Amino acid sequence: MRHDHVLTAKQFSRADIETILDRAGDFDGPTGDTRHTDSLLGLLFFEPSTRTKMSFETAIKRLGGDTIDMGSVDSSSVTKGESLADTVRVIEGYADAIVLRHPKQGAAKMASEFVDVPVVNAGDGAGHHPTQTLLDLYTIRENAGLDDLTIGIMGDLKYGRTVHSLAQALTNFETTQHFVSPESLALPPEVRYDLDEAGAAVAEHTELEGVLPDLDVLYVTRIQRERFPDENEYRAVASEYGIDLRTLEDATDDLSIMHPLPRVDEIDPAIDETPHATYFEQAHNGVPVRMALLDSLL
Amino acid sequence: MTDDHQLRVGKIRNGTVIDHVTGGQALTVLAILDIDGSGGEEISVGMNVPSDRIGRKDILKIEGRELSQEEVDVLSLVAPDATINIVREYDVAEKHRVERPEEVVGVLSCPNANCITTEREPVESRFAVLADGVRCAYCGTLIREAFADRIEVE
Ligand SMILES: [Zn+2]
Repeated sequence: MRHDHVLTAKQFSRADIETILDRAGDFDGPTGDTRHTDSLLGLLFFEPSTRTKMSFETAIKRLGGDTIDMGSVDSSSVTKGESLADTVRVIEGYADAIVLRHPKQGAAKMASEFVDVPVVNAGDGAGHHPTQTLLDLYTIRENAGLDDLTIGIMGDLKYGRTVHSLAQALTNFETTQHFVSPESLALPPEVRYDLDEAGAAVAEHTELEGVLPDLDVLYVTRIQRERFPDENEYRAVASEYGIDLRTLEDATDDLSIMHPLPRVDEIDPAIDETPHATYFEQAHNGVPVRMALLDSLL
Repeated sequence: MTDDHQLRVGKIRNGTVIDHVTGGQALTVLAILDIDGSGGEEISVGMNVPSDRIGRKDILKIEGRELSQEEVDVLSLVAPDATINIVREYDVAEKHRVERPEEVVGVLSCPNANCITTEREPVESRFAVLADGVRCAYCGTLIREAFADRIEVE
């Protein structure tokens, strides 16, 4: 596979996904690889994201390459009013690929129109997060396989970019997707539109109870405090869409629980010690998957 | 071209007649074409005129201006049944039907306040035209109705 830019999960075919995941398997474990010693990755994070950023840094360094970094947003030219289009055109002259995290939807797509080096979308507002999806798929494949899969996706489905990308990518496989959220945080119409266009088997629910026993995977996302006008309303919703050992009484023994992290209260730490907990493994998979992706781009 | 209702407004010598516009959409059509009369154009507008074909229609006659195909295509978003006659020396020189374009660029503004196209960036709005609406090429937002509200009038 060679894509010049990685902007949305929608651009991936089943074959693209399988190629990347197979290659990621080769990078899983100590490699001491030096195939990209001359490569410099430009990290443009206009929004803080320690994990995603460190995961990309680790991936390029384990391929023998290095990073350049614009530092914190406060000290950068962004605060001086420079456009994103100008910023990426400058960085294009320094780096072999650009990893962009930006608060605006469509930022990565726009950036890709101004530069000739590959742009990797590392999260654009409530839009997409395709590299997270690749590591999610890698983790799901390891634990439950990707066909004949029943997956529950719960939490903030409206603003959750990891959810949008994952849902779109899963349409390449024989999966049934159950979306569980409060009505106010249900899937946005454009994501639902894509799923319907792809002919995906999809159901939407406001309660986990009832669908939980059917699930092979439960993907939990964080509900953000700032989505609610008052603390009490947030508390009520957050507790309803969190899980603990008691919730899992109805689950099958094989259920994997995933979460893009960081979690706040959505998953009771008591679950960490059970075989259901897959979220730390999921986080670790970010490195081999991003190594495989960068290797294909550079 | 012997539609009685069309005769309510006078014939033009050179320009464009846009007929069979969805009733009530004439001003939106002018907005799309960026015509507000301030340029001195001679414009006649008939609104909610009875029509055998579409019930009530609007009709616009614009003296001294021939619409380009691109302009005509964008009209399809608000006036899918419109017919366009280019008039030269009082005769219809060309007839066009609007066709839905695959995309419209720089005409609609994205309703998503968090979309990169609403920032001060050197990028034009770009919408894919779907069977039942349009979709922002950057943030994916769907607009299924109220196109008129989204038209950028400078
Ligand atoms: Zn948009």
